[in-house]
Amino acid sequence: MRRLLPVLVTTAVFVVGFMLCSLQFPHFASTRVVANFLTDNAFLGIVAVGMTFVIISGGIDLSVGSVIGFTTVFLAIAIERLGMSPWAAFAIVLVICLLFGAAMGAAIHYFEMPPFIVTLAGMFLARGAAFMISTESIPINAPLYTDIDRLTIHLPGGGRLPLIADIMLAVFAVGGVLLHFTRFGTNVYALGGSRQSTALMGVRVAPTIIRIYMLSSLLAGLSGIVFSFYTSAGYALSAVGVELDTIAAVVIGGTLLTGGAGYMFGTFMGLMIQGLIQTYITFDGTLSSWWTKIVTGFLLFAFIALQQILVRFAKRPATVVAGAVP
Amino acid sequence: MTVMSFRMPRTGTPQILAFLAILLADRLVSPQFFDLRLQDGRLFGSLVDVFNRGAPVALLSLGMVLVIATRGIDLSVGAVMAIAGAVAASLVHGHSVAFALAAALGVGLLCGLWNGFLVAVLRIQPIVATLILMVAGRGIAQLITEGRIVTFSSASLAWFGNGSVLGVPTPVAITLGMLLLTLLLVRGTALGVLIEATGANARASELAGIGTSAVTIAAYAWCGLCAGVAGVISAADILGADANNAGLWLELDAILAVVIGGTSLFGGRFSLILAVLGALTIQAMNTGILLSGYRPELNLVVKAVVVIAVLLLQSPRLAGLGIWLNRKRTT
Repeated sequence: MRRLLPVLVTTAVFVVGFMLCSLQFPHFASTRVVANFLTDNAFLGIVAVGMTFVIISGGIDLSVGSVIGFTTVFLAIAIERLGMSPWAAFAIVLVICLLFGAAMGAAIHYFEMPPFIVTLAGMFLARGAAFMISTESIPINAPLYTDIDRLTIHLPGGGRLPLIADIMLAVFAVGGVLLHFTRFGTNVYALGGSRQSTALMGVRVAPTIIRIYMLSSLLAGLSGIVFSFYTSAGYALSAVGVELDTIAAVVIGGTLLTGGAGYMFGTFMGLMIQGLIQTYITFDGTLSSWWTKIVTGFLLFAFIALQQILVRFAKRPATVVAGAVP
Repeated sequence: MTVMSFRMPRTGTPQILAFLAILLADRLVSPQFFDLRLQDGRLFGSLVDVFNRGAPVALLSLGMVLVIATRGIDLSVGAVMAIAGAVAASLVHGHSVAFALAAALGVGLLCGLWNGFLVAVLRIQPIVATLILMVAGRGIAQLITEGRIVTFSSASLAWFGNGSVLGVPTPVAITLGMLLLTLLLVRGTALGVLIEATGANARASELAGIGTSAVTIAAYAWCGLCAGVAGVISAADILGADANNAGLWLELDAILAVVIGGTSLFGGRFSLILAVLGALTIQAMNTGILLSGYRPELNLVVKAVVVIAVLLLQSPRLAGLGIWLNRKRTT
């Protein structure tokens, strides 16, 4: 129950926030607004699923934003300049992402380097590679990119749920099953609890860590594909800073940054809260966009403080030491 | 302190060699690299440029190295730079420069204290604790500038970015001054050892009677102050405060500088001078790539390769190999 509390609080904050918004703006509670939520945050949600695995395992992945940028540029060049079929380009870029994630995971495990700094190097590398390919914003005009518009699901009430929103929901569903109902998911939780105990229990740590970062990079690649659908373009500077939004969504969703605890549903709620803040600011019209950052920062603080209080109650005092990084 | 400065060349050989090698490489791509000329009482030249452009990151790395030595990390320094720059640029209209400056540095210090409070008192992981200010900080800076780029024309504030002291550009002089001040505070007293003890083993230090909370807060506060100074310099440099772009991603450069300077991210022993040298090495690389006429986009890739190389050299697995090789050589 105590573990569920952060997720319940997040959900409650979302529900209350949504109701307050609906009271203030009569048209807020409509399928249109909700569908927009899902569409605008589709790429963010897909990365957040991968980040949830990484953070529950006690790691962090700063490279995801750059991987999205790299993917969009790669797709634009492969499809528009090299005349590749979009499907072949998707396959190639996802394989590159998988290898990239595997390399980061291997560096983290075999060289015992902190994930923070390894993925920081990965962030520079992926962004640099994207810049090397092209610094311009390249429009993608492949027929597939216009065809997917036809796959939009029309909801009652005028809401339109495009394919990218469906992909995001599907990734959340699959990610939830993978995290909560498979051996791999259990191993991820165990790793976040204690790497040493996990190894002593007989879990093969190396492949688990490598797979976690492969999954994160793969989903970042998928998110890049979705992002290219969303903007119909490839640009090396796209998705700058997305890693921070993603980490914020995961933390607001109640996942412990020290690893070992968290739920996929919480991440979804964290994502929706960020969407709610943005939508509220759009609806209000007088508030400036920088309030998004301040409110997100405040929510981050509030949720972390809440977790800290819960952890303090769960454990005997004086087990956590100042300045300690797990 | 004298012992430190004696020991320094020996412990920092790889870093000094790397810096010199990059300077030589810069000389190869640009024959005029070491040329210096005096104009209007200020030194000019590519080498001066390396020091001048490297000053903000060098300042950040001065604070960052202390935070990392306590086994922490400060992601918010770039945002704090933006806040301090915004405060200085906004207040200089209608107030004295001294007041604007004091307010900017005060705000930097306050940001550092907030981070320190979260880490040491609320015991939040440093990455997350400072992430809060990293996310919210730019919003706060935009709140101060009201979303505009606030420009100013105060010559005395601009001096901090473009002026010179005895021919040396002001940012370089300030950085040198801050380095000496930090050395005095940290190595002239027991504070440095206390920071190292806190980072090496906070539990044991606490039991040994060290006020680890106070030490940690002090490290973050100093880091915030250094970020404030860097923010004023970069605002003065462009005669304006840009809340969106001031200090953007510089936190990563500062962390990189500290890591290149040989301070482990797992806390413990640290070197201020080598951290500053790390910052200058990064800048020398940037300048070299610009001078060479290669696309500046290459910069990130080169940086990534350098991070990976430095990390591999520091990794516990390879350290074992190094000890083994050393033993073979000595026997």
